Amino acid sequence: MTAAQAASAQLAPLAVRMSGIVMRFGAVVANRGASLEVAPGEIHAIVGENGAGKSTLMHVLTGLYEPDEGTVAVDGHDVTGWSTRQAIVAGVGMVHQHFMLVPTLTVAENVVLGREPRRYGAIDMALAQEEVIALGKQFGLVVDPRRRVAELSVGEAQRVEILKTLIRGARILVLDEPTAVLSPPEVGELWRVLRRLRDGGATTILITHKLDEVMDISERITVMRHGETTARLATADTTPADIARAMVGREVVLAHRGSGIGDREPREAGATKGAGHALEVQNLVVGTLRNERAVDGVTFAIAPGEILGVAGVEGNGQTELIEALAGLREVSSGNVMLGNRDITRAPVRERTDGGLAHIPEDRQRRGLVLDFPVADNLVLGLQHRYTRAAQIDRAAVVAQAERQVRTFDIRPPDASRPARALSGGNQQKIVIAREMGRDYSVLLAAQPTRGVDVGAIEFIHSRLLAARAEGKAILLVSAELSEVLALADRIAVMYRGAFVAILPRAEATTERLGALMTGATSVPGATPP
Amino acid sequence: MTAPPAASLIAPSRATRASTALAESLLPPVVALLIALVAGDLLILAFGQSPAAVFGLLLEGTWGNAYGFGQVLYKATTLICTGLAVAIGLRAGLFNIGAEGQLAAGAFAAAIAGLWLPSGTSALLAVPIAIGAAMLAGGATGWVPGVLKARFGAHEVIVTIMLNFIVLAMLNWVVASHLNVPETLHTPEIAAGKVPRLSALVPAFHGSAANFTLIVALAAALGMWWMLFRSRMGFDLRATGLQPDAAEYGGIRVRRVWIRALTLSGALAGLGGINFVLGYKHYYEEGLAGGFGFLGIAVALVGRNHPLGIVLAALFFATLSQGGLAINALVPKQFVEVLQGVVILAVAAAVPEVRRVLRAGVARAAGPA
Repeated sequence: MTAAQAASAQLAPLAVRMSGIVMRFGAVVANRGASLEVAPGEIHAIVGENGAGKSTLMHVLTGLYEPDEGTVAVDGHDVTGWSTRQAIVAGVGMVHQHFMLVPTLTVAENVVLGREPRRYGAIDMALAQEEVIALGKQFGLVVDPRRRVAELSVGEAQRVEILKTLIRGARILVLDEPTAVLSPPEVGELWRVLRRLRDGGATTILITHKLDEVMDISERITVMRHGETTARLATADTTPADIARAMVGREVVLAHRGSGIGDREPREAGATKGAGHALEVQNLVVGTLRNERAVDGVTFAIAPGEILGVAGVEGNGQTELIEALAGLREVSSGNVMLGNRDITRAPVRERTDGGLAHIPEDRQRRGLVLDFPVADNLVLGLQHRYTRAAQIDRAAVVAQAERQVRTFDIRPPDASRPARALSGGNQQKIVIAREMGRDYSVLLAAQPTRGVDVGAIEFIHSRLLAARAEGKAILLVSAELSEVLALADRIAVMYRGAFVAILPRAEATTERLGALMTGATSVPGATPP
Repeated sequence: MTAPPAASLIAPSRATRASTALAESLLPPVVALLIALVAGDLLILAFGQSPAAVFGLLLEGTWGNAYGFGQVLYKATTLICTGLAVAIGLRAGLFNIGAEGQLAAGAFAAAIAGLWLPSGTSALLAVPIAIGAAMLAGGATGWVPGVLKARFGAHEVIVTIMLNFIVLAMLNWVVASHLNVPETLHTPEIAAGKVPRLSALVPAFHGSAANFTLIVALAAALGMWWMLFRSRMGFDLRATGLQPDAAEYGGIRVRRVWIRALTLSGALAGLGGINFVLGYKHYYEEGLAGGFGFLGIAVALVGRNHPLGIVLAALFFATLSQGGLAINALVPKQFVEVLQGVVILAVAAAVPEVRRVLRAGVARAAGPA
């Protein structure tokens, strides 16, 4: 902050002041007296576990929800209960976690959508493109306005989202988990943009639950827990441990080597010699409608008691690889062996019964039937084991559910509720309980901690390490490099459908993996896959 | 986004939730009924008649006397079957609009079975055979769109609509040119498989078409309840209908479920054909479906795709249908068709709204922590 800005910050009213916000959804209270104070021109991070009420609070700020109680003031004016339209006019704009872009339109068309410059009644596309270029130059948001959004990378699409918000005159920008989909270099790029926006006088509010990012970019931090504001901190005076404590209300053991979780010892490849491979994949090719070789000749094997991590920017074939292994996507060529059973083209149930467990990356779409009770979701995929004479043995299902709810601490502890009514972290616990609470030999874990809170992450990590200790073979796909580094014995880097390298954990560094993830071809010391 | 910290503080008790669920399933139809009643009143007033007189007559002509009630039961029998047929499709995420053709196909097959069996065949043998034939013919008609969807991705709505025309036209041709009694559009009387009327047991029903196939329809409703909510097939079917991606993940062969659901749906619609053929006229006649296949969609909608709801909704629509004849002296009988439409619209609009209000009420009752 420059001296002038600092001075004006003290004189000017707060950019955002929210106090005593209560927001109820039916029986659920998402915000219970939450507050937020953001000074003009600062980058402010809101952190908290999933379900802490961060997004809800921001939706109140941007006019999507009207709070049941509490007041919202922007630039010193009371705006409680305003509409999204009023919020936009007043310069409050939100960049959503899921992009709201029309893929078939160009960048410029998307940016000016709804407020197109007109000339003789027709849209003046040249002017629109100039506007986009000018705005992009001003804030370092470089993207060709004539390209179609469908052709853009995720990072570029996000820039378009930010441009869209800026062109509508936003001076207070809200970003909801902006880095969830970005590669490390793209995150750095985003930080550069945010700093430039700040220097231009904009105020930024950033929702995240990645503590390292908070330390990197923010100036002040608001911590939320259970719908309440539990701490306001100046980033310079705090540590990640302090923030984590405020988030969960207790000490968190962040999983990493030497933390003691799972009592792991680094394994050498030779340690499992003679045990045979639990999962063996040879030259696997998987196609999609758009890309015939979405998985492009992948070969690897996992031994019992080993975690193979797959790092990579999302969209490089990880999803297709997992789906093919799980039996949800047809294999074009290649071979998959589960133990000594060929499952290349086996149906899902045969794989399940053969000892394959699968935590899917999208639990709400794949992993759960949201309108089914928790109990039924706990046997999804195993329903044939709970069937007697064509009839589901409800008593056995309920008994199993009660056991799992207790063992995996699923909350609220009522298995008759629909899965939809549970928080994201608890929904994931249902999936984990079902997949890891039974007999299996190989686990496919796709983004197992995505969108869950710190407490649940800790729980899931310790489960994965315990499974490894029990001799399970685990394929771990994660967008979180730190997660892969913390858990995996070997790390494969996936880029454009292929494993460009498989490194032992000891040789894998963030820098090296980051380079490989973005397609750098010659990395010294990389063992060919 | 919403993790209740201490569930006990804000979660309504299990009993509260159960009663809410009950209210959620019962209230919308009741609200819809009230809306329809008001709309009906206005319409009757527009005809210059007294609503009390018209609705009085409608009730008198249906539930007010044994004959009228018998006719309601007769019409409800077919509607239960077609309502179940549509509902089973919807539970699997499929919209079967082909119940009309499947109903006709089932009726025709029942008639053929009755004609083919030698006269004097014991009813204990002949009726099950005729029922089997009806379900087989209806099921085959439903199997076709199922396979076309599973194999080629053809949309079941289009295919079932089109199959209605094909099936009805084929049956009309076969009956008119090969099987009819001269000067009529119906087949000869069946030789075996006749089902007695209810009046054989309760003489007061005398003259009404109500017959013991009603028991078959009620048994089908019970069977469907078991299938949906107790059997593994129902588990798979409902999972497929709610979230096909999750069903596939759960080892369910979604395409197979589609074929099964549409086949079963067709079989249930076909079963409705026995009411007319075995229980009432004892022959197949052109036009016998008479829109009862399409009305099954309304029955399933108002009955919320639940077998019990469908039985009640079938009785309701049967009452309207029969009541239309009773009030013909005061208002045109098409009045009840308008009323049917209003009920359907009201249900479609009222369900989400009533549910929203109910949930808000529960939230208030539970109170903030």
